[in-house]
Amino acid sequence: MNLTLDRKAAVLFALVAVLYIGTGFVQSWNTALSILNMGLISAIMALGVNIQWGYAGLFNVGVMGFTALGGLAAVLVASDPVEGAWGATGGWQILLALLMGGATIAAAIALWGKMKGHKLRGLAMAGLLIAGFFIFRAVFDPAVATVEAIDPALTGNIGGLGLPIILAWPVGGLLAAGAAWIIGKTALGLRSDYLAIATLGVAEIIIYILKNEDWLARGVKNVIGLPRPVPYEVDLQANQAFVGAMQGLGADPVTASSITVKLAYAVLFSIVLIALIWLTQRALNSPWGRMIRAIRDNEVSAAAMGKNVTARHLQIFILGSAVCGLAGAMMTTLDSQLVPSTYQPLRFTFLIWVMVIVGGSGNNIGAVLGGFLIWWFWIQVEPLGLLLLQGITAGMAEGWLKDHLMDAAAHMRLLTMGLILLLVLRFSPRGLLPER
Amino acid sequence: MDFLNAIVALLNFVIVPATAYGAQLALGALGVTLIYGILRFSNFAHGDTMAFGTMITILATWGLQSLGVTAGPLPTALIALPLGIAATAALVVGTDKMVYRFYRQTKAKPVIFVIASIGVMFVMNGIVRFIIGVDDQNFADGARFLISARDFKDMTGLDEGLAIRSTQAITVIVAILAVVALFWFLNKTRTGKSMRAFSDNEDLALLSGINPERVVMITWLIVAALATTAGVLYGLDKSFKPFTYFQLLLPIFAAAIVGGLGNPLGAILGGFLIAYSEIAVTYAFRKVVGYIGPEGWSPEGMLQLLSTDYKFAVSFTILLIVLLFKPTGIMKGKSV
Repeated sequence: MNLTLDRKAAVLFALVAVLYIGTGFVQSWNTALSILNMGLISAIMALGVNIQWGYAGLFNVGVMGFTALGGLAAVLVASDPVEGAWGATGGWQILLALLMGGATIAAAIALWGKMKGHKLRGLAMAGLLIAGFFIFRAVFDPAVATVEAIDPALTGNIGGLGLPIILAWPVGGLLAAGAAWIIGKTALGLRSDYLAIATLGVAEIIIYILKNEDWLARGVKNVIGLPRPVPYEVDLQANQAFVGAMQGLGADPVTASSITVKLAYAVLFSIVLIALIWLTQRALNSPWGRMIRAIRDNEVSAAAMGKNVTARHLQIFILGSAVCGLAGAMMTTLDSQLVPSTYQPLRFTFLIWVMVIVGGSGNNIGAVLGGFLIWWFWIQVEPLGLLLLQGITAGMAEGWLKDHLMDAAAHMRLLTMGLILLLVLRFSPRGLLPER
Repeated sequence: MDFLNAIVALLNFVIVPATAYGAQLALGALGVTLIYGILRFSNFAHGDTMAFGTMITILATWGLQSLGVTAGPLPTALIALPLGIAATAALVVGTDKMVYRFYRQTKAKPVIFVIASIGVMFVMNGIVRFIIGVDDQNFADGARFLISARDFKDMTGLDEGLAIRSTQAITVIVAILAVVALFWFLNKTRTGKSMRAFSDNEDLALLSGINPERVVMITWLIVAALATTAGVLYGLDKSFKPFTYFQLLLPIFAAAIVGGLGNPLGAILGGFLIAYSEIAVTYAFRKVVGYIGPEGWSPEGMLQLLSTDYKFAVSFTILLIVLLFKPTGIMKGKSV
């Protein structure tokens, strides 16, 4: 059984490799490597979702939010510090206001517990929250105004720490884990649909915060030009040794430089991916992993065996979200910019779900395979769709219908992804590489 | 006089728009809640079902307009609405036959239905984008205002105007008609009663000879009508953009859950609750308070609790509060 599954995995990975290498030959190696880099990141996101869904059956549709938090971490860690933003009335005051807001909520929760059974409990808590909100705004608003007034065309935010961007990756994971803790505390333990809706909502709100809170990461003005962990193309092209070596190989130095940069990213991402696969496989085959799957398969009997189901669910939820946050930070690193308006739930949440379901829920290797495969399709469906429509419309007279069909080729993606998801769910519900 | 002005300002900027928006949300939430009650899953494709129905209605409206058919002072889209409903009904019934029926027969877990509905959402979203594109479409025609701000000022001599757009009035009237028809159907007809029985206790309903497939089919037909109507009214009131309809999913779910999933009356209540809170929390009360306060005084800030961009955060916060303290919703709904 295991052997055949391993063989199947090898064959499928070889097929995916053929797709990527074929792209290199047919289109260009630059394209193939860009798809590969995002494919690596997608595979990591799929691993994160698989931890939640495959191990524990938690239905998280807020992947986009955790990814965006990772991106925020990249900005806060790696972008240059803004001079004057951390004066007495700027960043520190914002931080103070946020702490006060958090303290208000904590006090309200404590009050709720203390006044159990008391008639005025609801009223007291509402009063506390409303008073807390106005105090928060009184401290928060002037500080935000101060920070946003600092050179708004270029910065106008609290800036970053100016540290190497690789450090942002674990920080992104931590931020996402923190958010997951808050969501998990409130929404886990309710039925599965509610967790889905709660995560969907939180993800939207995280994006709204990123878009609107200019002091944080410049909102829709975007943060661009984040530092890179790998050399810049222009530096490589100016480097005599590099140019000499490439010419020695008979390659064009300009193309070679961009391929080198992409390869460097691919190596970095692969290291993370392999480390994560190793860790998740170890976890899955440990007593802990068996306990988690036992809980997934029968919560009641696992609880009867003395397992704390809610605590394990929270743990799993935080772990999976942290992996998504890590992937989000890596993606922002690859793009060197944070553009909140590009975060779309169809692309960042539901597409990852397609990857996991197609790859094989509960199987880490399957999720990784799904990540690579579906990402490749996501990119290539557009040119393929265009070709298809060119074929269909070839015999048609010129006119609005033909123009419309050609324009519509861009929207083939969603249709194809939906069909793939439905077909796999219907005819091969355990995915390409089923759980053992 | 100032007090009257304050009331008119409040009506104009909060009550009237929120009532129209609430009616649209209520219709949407009714669809979600019916599916939950009968088929027992949260339908993520509901926003895109609304978008599909609205798209067909828009296309039919354009067709009618090019033929020179209009509804006079009313929007042409109202004539085209039945066609939109019919096409959507065909789509959702077809979807049920091809997708959901299989999982019903195999008695799959609710979460599998939800995932299937995500696939359906992708496909519907793709179809809508494929046919009409991603841009804003404005298809409201006919008279623009029932009362315009200036007419109101002339009539009453107040400083504040009260504008009621005809689309807002139509929204409320159509929503009331739809809800009355739905409740009449659910409470008075034999089919409606069998639906309620099926929702309350599936086994008992099967035992008394109710055909489940027929109940499911009728549910989808009603959902198609509700979703298309909600979508068209929203599009008339604001504008049609596929992505906005996807985003409406959140306030609609919030309305359905707050009211109690599976409870039609709760869905209506939830819709209005969400709409009023969204608009009240994001409205700048400066003008209203200025009128009420002493002569010549006006508050310093905008008196806006949250910027309008956070309106989804409001519905979500209400949702969280309800989930934490009363998971079955205000009116008792299901929590399986």
